Amino acid sequence: MTRGIETALSRRAGTGGLTAVGLVLALAGPALAQGKPYAGVTIDILTRPGPVIAQRMVERGVEFTELTGAEVRVHEVPFAELFQKLLTDWATGTNSIDVGVFQSGWGVELQAAGLLENLDPYIERDDKLDLQDIAPYFREYNQKIAGSTYQLTIDGDFHMVYYRRDVLEALGLQPPTTWEEYLAVAEATNGLDHNGDGTPDYGSCIFKKRNAQSYFAVQSIAASFVQTQGTGQGIYFDLETMEPMINNEAWITAFEIYKKTGDYGPPDEVNQDIGDTRAVVQAGRCALAIDWGDIGPLSIDPSGEAIRDKMGAVMLPGSTRVLDWETGQLVDCTPEICPHAINGVNHAPFAAFGGWSGGVNAAADELTRQASYDFLSYMNQAAQSNVDVTIGWTGYNPYRNSQLENLDPWVAAGFSPEFAENYLGAIKASLNHPNMASDLRIPGAQQYTGVVLDRELSRFLAGEITAEQAVANIEEGWEEITEDFGRDEQLEIYRASLGITN
Amino acid sequence: MASAMDQGTVRPGSRIPAETAIHRPLRVRLAEWLDGQSRQLFIMPAVVLILIFSIFPLVASLVLAFSRLRLTGNMRFVGFDNFEKQIFGSEQFHFLGTFGEISVAGWVLIVAAGAAILWWLLAYARSGFTWVGFIGRLITAALGFGLAMLLGATLLSGQPFGTLGVTLFYVFVGCAFQFAIGLGLAFLCAQPIRGRTFFRVVFFLPLMITPIGVGYAFRMMADTTKGPLAPAWQWLGLGDFAWAADPWAARVFIVVGDSWQWIPFIFVVLLAALENIPRDFVEAGEGDGASRWQIFREITWPQIMPVAATVLLIRMIEAFKIVDLPNIMTSGGPGIATESMTLHAFFSWRALDLGEASAVAYLLLFVTVVVCVSFFNLVVLKRVRTA
Repeated sequence: MTRGIETALSRRAGTGGLTAVGLVLALAGPALAQGKPYAGVTIDILTRPGPVIAQRMVERGVEFTELTGAEVRVHEVPFAELFQKLLTDWATGTNSIDVGVFQSGWGVELQAAGLLENLDPYIERDDKLDLQDIAPYFREYNQKIAGSTYQLTIDGDFHMVYYRRDVLEALGLQPPTTWEEYLAVAEATNGLDHNGDGTPDYGSCIFKKRNAQSYFAVQSIAASFVQTQGTGQGIYFDLETMEPMINNEAWITAFEIYKKTGDYGPPDEVNQDIGDTRAVVQAGRCALAIDWGDIGPLSIDPSGEAIRDKMGAVMLPGSTRVLDWETGQLVDCTPEICPHAINGVNHAPFAAFGGWSGGVNAAADELTRQASYDFLSYMNQAAQSNVDVTIGWTGYNPYRNSQLENLDPWVAAGFSPEFAENYLGAIKASLNHPNMASDLRIPGAQQYTGVVLDRELSRFLAGEITAEQAVANIEEGWEEITEDFGRDEQLEIYRASLGITN
Repeated sequence: MASAMDQGTVRPGSRIPAETAIHRPLRVRLAEWLDGQSRQLFIMPAVVLILIFSIFPLVASLVLAFSRLRLTGNMRFVGFDNFEKQIFGSEQFHFLGTFGEISVAGWVLIVAAGAAILWWLLAYARSGFTWVGFIGRLITAALGFGLAMLLGATLLSGQPFGTLGVTLFYVFVGCAFQFAIGLGLAFLCAQPIRGRTFFRVVFFLPLMITPIGVGYAFRMMADTTKGPLAPAWQWLGLGDFAWAADPWAARVFIVVGDSWQWIPFIFVVLLAALENIPRDFVEAGEGDGASRWQIFREITWPQIMPVAATVLLIRMIEAFKIVDLPNIMTSGGPGIATESMTLHAFFSWRALDLGEASAVAYLLLFVTVVVCVSFFNLVVLKRVRTA
């Protein structure tokens, strides 16, 4: 035989062998998966672009497939289009998505339309979830709608203030406990060199870009001026009439404080979103910052070398003057007016964004619904989540008591014991505070805050309008949305979202 | 038996005399009928596709523009409410602008524009008057006067204008700038200079880059604190200048990015037009001792004017739809200073306010159609006829 024929024959044999192996695997695959409960089931998840939030689900999905046989597919869309795509898919009956992982407040509108699966029966059968370990705020407010659980948390969101321990110590300054102190510290530290590169740095770094996250930051400031009576009071609407509680001195003051922080920040801060601001913080250029819990894990990330073991965290500052809901004016705190004050300062840690949580499509078939719940439970269980929240790039922030009590996973991840204690202490203080302020969780929430509030705030920051004009415009815009959705329905859902049942 | 067509006594598609038709089989009559309709039948699939993908969405969005729709609830007809909200209601500041006291300069512009438009209409009424032409000019005049009022009441009176004004800025200022630069580059590359083929390729490249890439690239380059050009900005003393925080600087930067992308389009079309000018005309002018400027004004420009007017029209139609660059570079900020009408509609759509999004889209369609059809009839056709 010629060499050419020999080569061709051996190549054929090799190809034939590979084909045989492939056939065997293809036939044996299902047989191998036969013992797994969800063999043949596919779970399609829709969420924001990774790596934040999405990538960890991809990785845990591979583990879940090993354990159960279900295939987990994570689909990503831009954050600003996430709710729209999810709602369109479920409301039109397309149902290509089985699990939505979204801002927890959006669940209310989905549940009102009957699109979300009630998870209570699944939780009752679940002996691995350990529901009571989930911090009360997330367990009772974020996961529940009208008394039943419809979502499982995978990321606990609220704002804190971060500060450079070394910079403040060098100037003999204390972490701020009020917003006046925040501005004073920002002014004192602005223009100094915080990272040793010879260029002046900033006193405060807070994202201010329109259509990004700026409207969360202003609410973090406003909450402590507006809410004094506990989470059930809320910061947005009158609890009897659904009239907006925004055209008042409290919100005007918050707008002005937020704008003032820009005097001590990067010159293009008005065009910086959270990614830009975090980059500036990680470069060691900010003495103070407002952010979700991510700054902690980001400081032990390789790209956070400039701030490794130099950051501190503290509960959001508060105010000694708070809103009188009758007159719309600020009044001094007293034990009666501010029952939850600490040293005369009313704090209202704002659960900005509420956190990312997963909900199951009520129209999926029974096996897929069960598999979907089991995957969300797997993500939520302490065995997985307690590790995930220590890794900065996941975007997952703590929400379980066990994540806050045990320092070991954090130290193992690279936190110094001192910073771990400081960071977790700030989170605990915030999560356990009885006056924690909830993000808006009613139908049209995105229109109220993400569109109207965000746009007027942006116009105010650009100098187009005054703070008084801004809040008046927001009031008008909110009333239009409320009328559009139906005032009575909105009031009922708003009250339910604050745990008010009668 | 040979048919009347075979015998050459009947033209295809023409009616067959009744007495002849009666005696011909149905199959034959059907075949002849189909032959007669063949033109329509061949283009029908394309027409149906166009109808499905353009007319149906137009009608559906028109219905949405007159409704309030909730994906989780019902849809109710609200008449002109969505439009009224943009022009007279709570969104007036967003769409038209903020109105206050009109300045002297504003009044001068409004009165001058009104007088000029009246004179133009009267001049038309006195020459070659047709009702169709007059009604068309009336619509153009109404929009023109409306825009003059808007300009006088907002920009010239120190008040911010809304997404309509921002869009018109991108269209008129942007297209004028792009036309001037594109024509200049085309003129240069039409000269017998070394490396002109290389320059032609290089000048054409930006048109092939995705607008999102252009947006991010320019945003990066404009960043004065970090990014590839930050050292250059700081060396120029602009290290603290926040272009994104100043409305006009932000608008200018977006026009710069848009121009970088679209000048190649104007360049390549005008270059083709310039190269098609018969060489004899230019040589004749040179032989008569005309200067370069005289040659351009008397020979070159009249030759390329029809093409120039057409390319400008095409560019304007596209410019009205600008959305990528303001979205990427500034998200429509600072405030709403760089938000175009398409971006306005996009934000509304994203917030699931489909009624408002459709209403803004239809307002944009109205403005685009009136401006572009007016330009076409009054400028392009005139140039084509006189060329």
